[in-house]
Amino acid sequence: MNRSSSWVHEALAVFAKDWLLELRTRVALGAVVLFAVTSVVASGFALAPPSGVPAEVKAALLWVVVFFAAVAGLSRVFVMEEETRTADSLRLAVSPVGVFVGKLAFNTVLMWGLCVVTVPLYLLLLEVPVRSASLFLTVVMLGSTALACATTAVGAIVAKATTRGALFGVLSFPVALPPLLVAIHGTKAAWLSEGAWRVATGDLQVLLGFILVIVPASLLVFEHIWSE
Amino acid sequence: MNWQIELRRISKVFDEHVVLRDISATVTAPGAWTILGPNGSGKSTLLRIVAGLLTPTEGEVLYLHNGQRLTAHQRRQAVGMVAPDIALYRPLTALENLRFFARARGLPVRDSDLLQWLERVKLRARAHDPLASFSTGMVQRLKLLTALVHSPPVLLLDEPGSNLDEAGMEFIRETVREQAQHGIVIIATNDTRELGYGEPLVQLGA
Repeated sequence: MNRSSSWVHEALAVFAKDWLLELRTRVALGAVVLFAVTSVVASGFALAPPSGVPAEVKAALLWVVVFFAAVAGLSRVFVMEEETRTADSLRLAVSPVGVFVGKLAFNTVLMWGLCVVTVPLYLLLLEVPVRSASLFLTVVMLGSTALACATTAVGAIVAKATTRGALFGVLSFPVALPPLLVAIHGTKAAWLSEGAWRVATGDLQVLLGFILVIVPASLLVFEHIWSE
Repeated sequence: MNWQIELRRISKVFDEHVVLRDISATVTAPGAWTILGPNGSGKSTLLRIVAGLLTPTEGEVLYLHNGQRLTAHQRRQAVGMVAPDIALYRPLTALENLRFFARARGLPVRDSDLLQWLERVKLRARAHDPLASFSTGMVQRLKLLTALVHSPPVLLLDEPGSNLDEAGMEFIRETVREQAQHGIVIIATNDTRELGYGEPLVQLGA
């Protein structure tokens, strides 16, 4: 048979396979969505009436929920391969770049899906006035992508460790902290500020820069982590 | 096509425990070879090193094609492997597993082709069933198929007959015979039924 193997084909195959597995098992979806929705609903009731809660607190709370939902589910893509002993099947068939990009794409789409469910619910329950919807959407998109990049990289590192659950949370925090803080600031700007885009330009640059730095850096180290 | 694998002074140490010491051997296509030894002698470890799944503590494995050394990517394309500790995706069906490994290797496959492949191992009727419902023998036959889907010149088999009935063993024998006519087969085994599959390459001690 003719062969046209490249990391793009490999990544697409891994991405499609991971979604198929997820739709069958719903392990990551269950963990991520259940955690996020429960947290948002609990926050909505706990902070009632939400009008007295400062926007800074609401912005921080939103991203804390998104971050912990990511921690709850996004390490699964690598851990699952090790636990079910399919990791070597992947190593035999797919290049490390193909594996990492496929799994990063899966986690990124999962994060976007999480935000599609969580963010409207959050805005509704906590009565958040959004001044710049376009900026808010951009911050959510870039912030969730940055968190997916950070947690995927850490998930790959801890997948073979015996204490991976604890390690993943501990290692994810410092890696995800910069985009988390910037996303909180950008979100606050989108909700409150006049000239929100001008206020949040630096935040968007940092989020984009973080993604552009962590993806190539992760690819560089992943081959060594993944090989043995 | 001239395929050759050279094992140069391979040693492997796990936590100060020496599993393999100074193993050297060369195999050239076509042909079948066996790695022999009792349980715990390092057969699987050696095969995993040959496959590129483990890095030797000392020494190296060279893959040569017409005298040219293969890159890691080319080696991946050249090798198919079946081993007890290398699993397939149990929530996916037989067809989905086969489709994934074919696409991951860049093969433009159609489901009709894959169904014909499944017919070869008598699994066509179960093509749409998840692997979780398969017997271990059926999974073993599917593993062999996924290892062969890209027609690799090098086939590595670790205890290939484990969990197989006589019909499954016959399929293994036939596969080894076909592969040995044009490529390389290396079989790690201590099963007396498999000793005659190829010439002894390495005899490992306990």
